Amino acid sequence: MALEQTDVEKIAQLAALKLNESDLAESTVMLNNILQLVDRMQAVDTNGIEPLAHPLEATQRLRPDMVTEENHRDEYQKIAPSVSDGLYLVPKVID
Amino acid sequence: MMHQLTLSEISKALIAKEFSSVEITQYLLERIKQLDPQLNSFITITESLAMEQAKAADERRAQGKYHELLGVPIAHKDLFCTQGVRTSCGSKMLDNFIAPYNATVVQKLINAGCVTLGKTNLDEFAMGSSNESSYYGPVKNPWDQTRVPGGSSGGAAAAVAARLTPASTGTDTGGSIRQPAAFNGVTGIKPTYGRVSRWGMIAYASSLDQGGPIARTAEDCALLLLAIAGFDQKDSTCVNEPVPDYYTFLDKKLTGLKVGLPKEFFSQGLDSRIASLIDNAVKELQKLGAEVKEISLTNMEQAIPAYYVIAPAEASSNLSRFDGARFGYRCDNPKDLQDMYTRSRTEGFGAEVRRRILVGTYALSAGYYDAYYLQAQKIRRLIKNDFVRAFNEVDVIFCPTTPNPAWKLGEKVGDPVAQYLEDVYTITANLAGLPALSMPIGFADGLPVGGQLLAPYFEEGRLLNVAHQYQQVTDWHRQVPTGF
Repeated sequence: MALEQTDVEKIAQLAALKLNESDLAESTVMLNNILQLVDRMQAVDTNGIEPLAHPLEATQRLRPDMVTEENHRDEYQKIAPSVSDGLYLVPKVID
Repeated sequence: MMHQLTLSEISKALIAKEFSSVEITQYLLERIKQLDPQLNSFITITESLAMEQAKAADERRAQGKYHELLGVPIAHKDLFCTQGVRTSCGSKMLDNFIAPYNATVVQKLINAGCVTLGKTNLDEFAMGSSNESSYYGPVKNPWDQTRVPGGSSGGAAAAVAARLTPASTGTDTGGSIRQPAAFNGVTGIKPTYGRVSRWGMIAYASSLDQGGPIARTAEDCALLLLAIAGFDQKDSTCVNEPVPDYYTFLDKKLTGLKVGLPKEFFSQGLDSRIASLIDNAVKELQKLGAEVKEISLTNMEQAIPAYYVIAPAEASSNLSRFDGARFGYRCDNPKDLQDMYTRSRTEGFGAEVRRRILVGTYALSAGYYDAYYLQAQKIRRLIKNDFVRAFNEVDVIFCPTTPNPAWKLGEKVGDPVAQYLEDVYTITANLAGLPALSMPIGFADGLPVGGQLLAPYFEEGRLLNVAHQYQQVTDWHRQVPTGF
């Protein structure tokens, strides 16, 4: 099923990206070309096949529920654009 | 002529006190400043840090401290976090990002005594096969500066080929160590998934990404891999398996080694010059005592479709953190929160990254997850099963690294699908999580060509052994691009 420009607009909105008029047309063509390539895998019969998430079948390692993080506030704030009294300053975006 | 020394030759010369770390570091920094402007293989040169580290290494040696890598200069792909140094990932999004910590790979190499010359150029967020998608401009191939160096570790491979650094770290999600290694006539190894910590490596596709070294020889790769491999508590996907001394594998004879040639990798689409060089390399391996057998990997043609669902899907999720709110690029004068997210991402990401985010968002969106992501992960198991069967018959698999030599800059920029198809031989190792290595096997009209070796899980030593033995009887890896 080929994507229409309205579909691509919707996908872009979900991805928090903005496409202008010319981007939208070009992206629609390219996305359809890519989807045509990936759609080849739909022909493979995978009934009964378990999906592979980790090549070594490893599962997420757990650790005791204890705080292990050290305080790195000063290091992290050194790279922030704007800080005051240990807080990050961000532009006003909500009235 | 210190730049012509390999990493292990530099190591031996430092131990023999033929020159100091300060001398070799200064020499290579000058060389980078003089020659790199024509290649653009570095994004950042860390001159003062390098000199500090080199002085410290010389002092440690004077105090009787020893490590093979003590005082040896290397570079890092600009995707590994480096404390106090810009870590841009080749993106406008992170142009202003100074990492507050070192990636585990970087820290391990610093602990060993390596000197950081700088950060090498890459396709933005490691997305690409040509190194043309970097915010800092394309890298040029030192063998022919009208051609691409491959991607995404193109800066790393070009810098090593041009003798600006004896080695660089790289990362490989779909072939990003091996393909540029092939295009530049150098050696690169992608270890088993989980063998090397991904902590501090800015994520592209978390179930596929793996860091590894790019150097001139298999011997140099062995030294570096030994330093960076191993369990890391900070990376939940890292595997707790003992690390063997890769250096001890190198001199083993190849007598009786069973080499599999997968027939699916030699079909239509393979450049005939590359096919002929592969034949020659196979003959060399036979002369070294290896036995050759044709094998079949039946699901290989599904690798590209599966990869170009899984990688963008994981990328769309990983890159959702770049929203202008916490770090990285933020648009000017946002009118509200949504505007800040959307404009920061749209202005901060380049075209290829935006394209892959869109594909990934679609593949993971409601109603399409089963048809795309789940189906791709099932195909991934079929591909893994093919390899498991093959490795019951053979010890290593040998095939081309790429279907073609390096293409012209700009040639495939407008056609992402054509570029994706160039990854056909490398992607399978990432989907299955297997270790794989690319080594130089000759030239096609003056352009380097790579041969790829694959081995069972955690058999990096076997790959390094085969490549080292091959490099003892051939000199493709010793060739130098004109002007370097």
